[in-house]
Amino acid sequence: MNDPLTTALARGPRVGRPPTFPDADVAYAAHDTVVGRLLLARLGSTGPLVACVYAATADSEEALAERLARTCSPRVLRLPHVLDDARREIDDYLAGQRHTIEIAVDLSLATAFQREVLTTLAARVGYGRRATYGELAGWVGRPAAARAVGTALGANPLCIALPCHRVVGASGALAGYAGGLPAKEHLLALESPGARRALD
Amino acid sequence: MAPVPPHPPAASQPGAAARSSGVHLPPFQELVDAHWRDVARLAHALAGPVDGDDVAQQAWLQAYAAYPRLTSARNLRGWLLTVTHRCATDVHRARARRAVPAEPDTLVAHGDSTPGPDASDPADDALWAQVAALPDRQREAVVLRYVADLDHAAVATALGCTPTTSRRLVSDALAALRRARS
Repeated sequence: MNDPLTTALARGPRVGRPPTFPDADVAYAAHDTVVGRLLLARLGSTGPLVACVYAATADSEEALAERLARTCSPRVLRLPHVLDDARREIDDYLAGQRHTIEIAVDLSLATAFQREVLTTLAARVGYGRRATYGELAGWVGRPAAARAVGTALGANPLCIALPCHRVVGASGALAGYAGGLPAKEHLLALESPGARRALD
Repeated sequence: MAPVPPHPPAASQPGAAARSSGVHLPPFQELVDAHWRDVARLAHALAGPVDGDDVAQQAWLQAYAAYPRLTSARNLRGWLLTVTHRCATDVHRARARRAVPAEPDTLVAHGDSTPGPDASDPADDALWAQVAALPDRQREAVVLRYVADLDHAAVATALGCTPTTSRRLVSDALAALRRARS
């Protein structure tokens, strides 16, 4: 049955705008950079970064939101303004104007082993330096576990902030990278002594 | 209908209540993307073009505050629409306490203002002015039934009456609207 009255009611009044939220338990935003499209997330409006990952596919955003909802809080919202300072820091970093990401990080999305690998990496392999998977495996006390270290780095939830791009194969080959090898190459070239600009 | 929590507190601790309920809830953004238009339509149909935006915004903030404490992820749309209905009722009561002139006249007077960017069809504006002029219970019933697309059981729950009563309210409202349109 096609009653014009109930059809018009079902269409509803015309309305304009989606709701706005000042902040969220977890806020995320996409950020396009020279090394690819990143998805950034942080806890609260001024809390630590909990994700900085490459958006590899069209559904990466939904997949990350889902993961954040499971791990951190279901109150996950797309709020670009909350990530403004993080985006600025990453842009500065990629422009060679800073050598570290100052915003604190939170490894809620990492497993215990990934945490150990990533924090050891961040502590030992500074800007412009490189390490091999085997070296990193040795540092975390599992010298035979180079492959597992590679997998842990591949799952890095905080790319760039925790510099998994500085870890290369024993032969010096770049091996792999979540953002693709061109991105890894770009980051290593950016950090190489020849490319550095004076920061002082 | 999903269980509706009591009025949530004005503010809740970020993260604190996050994992309390044990059910898996989808990211809140998913609810916003999927249902904001339905919430806005319901808010406008219940509260009119003047208060509609405020009611919808208020409903989203209340839903956000209560979300981590939900004990079921089934029928999240129904839950959001129920929260919206409650907000519209609150606004309406607050207004009625203050207002001296009769509410329907106020809303009718605003009926020809454009409610959104892609407005407006004059026939539609007339319809929503007529809806605004219905008695409260009839308006709520017919809007929940057709704009929100809730079944009679859900409409009855939202109105706190029996399904028989909600059916009667809906048919009375439709009859009144048909008379107004003819």
